Amino acid sequence: MTDWPILSLLTFLPMVGVVFLLIIRGNDAAALRNVRHVALWTTVVNFAVSLVLWAKFDPSNPGFQFVENAEWLGGAINYRMGVDGISTPFIILTAFLMPFCILASWTSITFRVREYMIAFLALETLMIGVFSALDLVLFYLFFEGGLIPMFLIIGIWGGARRVYASFKFFLYTLLGSLLMLVAILAMYGAAGTTDIQQLLAFKFPAGVQWWLWLGFFASFAVKMPMWPVHTWLPDAHVEAPTAGSVILAGILLKMGGYGFLRFSLPMFPLASAEFAPLVWTLSVVAIIYTSLVALMQEDIKKLIAYSSIAHMGFVTMGIFALNPQGVQGAVFQMVSHGLVSGALFLCVGVVYDRMHTREIAAFGGLVNKMPWYAAAFMVFTMANVGLPGTSGFVGEFLTLIGAFSANSWVALFATTGVILSAAYALWLYRRVVFGPIRPGLEAIPDLSRKEIALLVPLAVLTIVYGVWPAPVLDMSAATVDAMLQTTHAAIDAASKVAAR
Amino acid sequence: MYFLIVFLPLLGAIIAGGIALFGARKRHPGAVGPVDAFHHGHHDHGRAHVSHAAHGDHAHPTGGDELTHAHDDHDHGPVEPAAYGSRLAELVTTGLLFVSAILSWLAFVDVTLNDADAHVRIMRWISAGNLELDWAFRVDTLTAVMLVVVNTVSALVHLYSTGYMHEDPHRPRFFAYLSLFTFAMLMLVTSDNLVQMFFGWEGVGLASYLLIGFWYQKPSACAAAIKAFVVNRVGDFGFSLGMFATFALFGSVSFETIFTAAPDMADKTIHFLGHDWHALTVISFLLFIGAMGKSAQLGLHTWLPDAMEGPTPVSALIHAATMVTAGVFLVARMSPIFEHAPDTLAFVTVVGATTAIFAATVGLVQNDIKRVIAYSTCSQLGYMFAALGVGAYGVGIFHLFTHAFFKALLFLGSGSVIHAMHHEQDMRNMGGLRRLIPVTYWMMVIGTLALTGFPLTAGYYSKDAVIEATYAAHSGPGLYAFVLLVTAALLTSFYSWRLIFLTFHGAPRASLETMSHVHESPRVMLAPLFVLAIGALLAGIVFHGSFIGEGHEEFWREALFTGEHNEIMHHMHEVPAWVVYSPFVAMVLGFALSWLFYIKQPDLPARFAGTAPAVYRFLLNKWYFDELYDLIFVRPAKWVGRFLWKTGDGKIIDGYGPDGLSARVIDVTDRVVRLQTGFVYHYAFAMLIGVAALFTWFMVRGL
Repeated sequence: MTDWPILSLLTFLPMVGVVFLLIIRGNDAAALRNVRHVALWTTVVNFAVSLVLWAKFDPSNPGFQFVENAEWLGGAINYRMGVDGISTPFIILTAFLMPFCILASWTSITFRVREYMIAFLALETLMIGVFSALDLVLFYLFFEGGLIPMFLIIGIWGGARRVYASFKFFLYTLLGSLLMLVAILAMYGAAGTTDIQQLLAFKFPAGVQWWLWLGFFASFAVKMPMWPVHTWLPDAHVEAPTAGSVILAGILLKMGGYGFLRFSLPMFPLASAEFAPLVWTLSVVAIIYTSLVALMQEDIKKLIAYSSIAHMGFVTMGIFALNPQGVQGAVFQMVSHGLVSGALFLCVGVVYDRMHTREIAAFGGLVNKMPWYAAAFMVFTMANVGLPGTSGFVGEFLTLIGAFSANSWVALFATTGVILSAAYALWLYRRVVFGPIRPGLEAIPDLSRKEIALLVPLAVLTIVYGVWPAPVLDMSAATVDAMLQTTHAAIDAASKVAAR
Repeated sequence: MYFLIVFLPLLGAIIAGGIALFGARKRHPGAVGPVDAFHHGHHDHGRAHVSHAAHGDHAHPTGGDELTHAHDDHDHGPVEPAAYGSRLAELVTTGLLFVSAILSWLAFVDVTLNDADAHVRIMRWISAGNLELDWAFRVDTLTAVMLVVVNTVSALVHLYSTGYMHEDPHRPRFFAYLSLFTFAMLMLVTSDNLVQMFFGWEGVGLASYLLIGFWYQKPSACAAAIKAFVVNRVGDFGFSLGMFATFALFGSVSFETIFTAAPDMADKTIHFLGHDWHALTVISFLLFIGAMGKSAQLGLHTWLPDAMEGPTPVSALIHAATMVTAGVFLVARMSPIFEHAPDTLAFVTVVGATTAIFAATVGLVQNDIKRVIAYSTCSQLGYMFAALGVGAYGVGIFHLFTHAFFKALLFLGSGSVIHAMHHEQDMRNMGGLRRLIPVTYWMMVIGTLALTGFPLTAGYYSKDAVIEATYAAHSGPGLYAFVLLVTAALLTSFYSWRLIFLTFHGAPRASLETMSHVHESPRVMLAPLFVLAIGALLAGIVFHGSFIGEGHEEFWREALFTGEHNEIMHHMHEVPAWVVYSPFVAMVLGFALSWLFYIKQPDLPARFAGTAPAVYRFLLNKWYFDELYDLIFVRPAKWVGRFLWKTGDGKIIDGYGPDGLSARVIDVTDRVVRLQTGFVYHYAFAMLIGVAALFTWFMVRGL
């Protein structure tokens, strides 16, 4: 496809930035400025490279593209990279969000700036690695490795209860991933390879699929997170610095959904079909349960975190609807949620930087002093409630229409989430933004130019993708169709055998 | 041309929105440099002063021509100067809307006289698997009628608002919302598929949320805005499921495909919620739930009266002529589906008729001038649905059409009263205004005559046609509707004249001071009233022939579908004479009673209420719907939310999960604490090494 290893470049370019950061000496203001600029420009260049990837990507090809192969660890494991229509959107999204994170941390992070930037750049490497790895072991290393910088970001630069939050985050994800590790080892034992492309062609026996599916499910369900293993997320979000929340909601949560699409569906189709009702149930419970919980939150960030869980419920529901609308809707919903929730967390960061509190009751009437903020927050609130014309609608609509074809009960209950999301999101907006200005906030300044530069592109994209979702939908269409065809072929074949 | 009709208002909204935002930027400059804890820094204090100074400087040029009396409808603390570019925003949005309205009338003539139906594809919207849908316009007679209604009323409301909102400091924002609303409504009526219609459907919901909550400093306005949006979402829940079911059955959501295939689907069943149901009944029923929300039908009506918190021109546009009629439009648009679903149609009639009588009874006792009209709207929408439900789609739309004129007239007229009374809305504090604001008075009388169906006015043709159609249906639901609607006609006449009498006749109940300031509205506000009054008087006599008379088939053509056995449009002209006269008698009776109660013996209402206090309270409290919903939905939702959070997440999941674990492995947390003290790299490195080592070990063992 291409002469130069663009995926490796994308993955490891941030590490070059890390090297520069380590070279910079001193802790004075000039050094800190350099640190920030190096981090920013590294991520900007990487985003530019991801645009090249986008331009060169052939959406009509359902298979893997830009494949790289190299021996590693003496041939025991191979370094294999490649992307298809499912992973490419996430790589671009990751590269896109990173500069926002660096900018959002520009002034709000004041101590250990160098380490902070290193953590973020390392995180970028690991996240892009997850989406481009074509070898199970490589995938696992990236997948679990991503845990560490995030763990550190929360644990070091987080809020008051950061230790509790990071520990909880770590505990949950580690437990999940241990089970996945066992499953990976078992897969290697059964298929004799860790090459994902070969594994995709390999047919695991039905009984084995069952256990492997559960192993992966443990890890992905925690990452999504699905009910009832979701309680780490609100704590992690509340304690994480703004940029940490953006990445957590924007990218890390998507790894679970990506995992379902990359492994569970195509590799264990029989188990996926069998477990679909379980996933539906958990998704629907998540949507209603967390929406109700969101309604009662007193902390802005926690409310948005709970709403994230509800939105991820639409994703898992769509994936296991096992039809093109559901799966493509899920991919789209993940991309859209990456933009919208990222933006919402940035919005929280804006007022947190000013007031050093996230308590809803501490705010009120911001529109009187911060009209630009009110306008931006309104756009993202509406995207969050899935208003048609915003990207939030397309994902919700497609996953629901997919779910309806699979099971109308699921769609019925999930659709109530649409009512609840309007309730909690608009109530939040009213308490924070509307009303007379709260005493003590009279001098609060509106968005700075930098903050406008952060929020406006996200707002524009939210609306553009709502009106014209084709860039994302077309990118994933061929791959999703091909994957679903093989998945359904396997399910049909098995049911024919069973019928005989 | 349709491109211009739909997108000119959007252009206006964007321009006005830009003016509002950039004007606000001048007033509230953004943060410069670090925003960290602004209230502690000297730097920031300085800036705050500068911004206040800026206020003062600009107050004179823009605020100098403000009228002397203040709005007390909304209190925005110290009087703010008008926003920058207010005049420009008004002119641009109003001008564009008038262009759009004129083009709409041209389109109307083109479509109805030259049969120039149009289909304009703009671009692909969503495609996934076999689901493909476009942004596209579908223009037929039904759409053309709606274009005329929406753009005419919207243009007049824009014009009226330049007067009504004259003192408001946030006019650019207001006009941006008005134009945004118009755009969404136009997208709704021009859509060629269900999903684009849903875009408009929720878009008007957003705009109405913004407009109801326009005076965001009033808590009641914010609450009403949220209520409107959320209750509408309950309806949208039905609409959404209806869309999904449509796609499941037809494999498409485009009207063309659905309508062509509908006859073949008439006998199909759909598996829904564990049962096999008659497919088109399910779809039409679900869509009708959406219509009930938007059109404030019984059960989902509670948001409409509260929506009166918004500025009055908004009510005229949204809550009389356009948005609330979207549900009626939906049913008419989907007539090829509804026509094959007799059970749903019966339900539509029953809901419509029940709403008509319910809202009329509540309207009898309300004291807020706008709320009376709001309940009246609710009631009239019930009439429209009753007509649709018996298969008389043309009649329902005709009533929608005429209602738009006289109800917008009544709302704008009451706005003129409120404007004159310095934002007093309680009729108990009015009275005797007739001689002080005669033009408004006569306009309101014209609106009332049309609403109550005085012969030859618009309402006479459309409302009586509805009643005749329900009788002509010769069905159980039809008869039910007939009885209720005639009764409701009596009540309508009673509360409408009560409004006139309480407001304009009798002795003034306001203070002398207030009365001395009562003034007739400026010409920009009266001109729209004249235009609407002409419509209220003549819309029936001019158009009844085409909408519901001899020419109706020629007029509607393919836009409305009637099954081969549906002869209602003919039967309704052959009903007995007593049926034809009954609404007239009801109207006269209502007027007479009202006159007796409020002119002849003004002490009668109190005595009457005293004899049946329970009934009076029941009506005054709107049948206790709000209290009921609060009890069975709002409170339980909050309680369950808190329970799931504190007990579900807190005690059960965390209690047995991570917290329980951590309590047992305390020293793990201790180790985590050490993270902050320099173990960062060691930890990360150790972790990676550990994972690699584990792998290597497994690999070497070969498994």
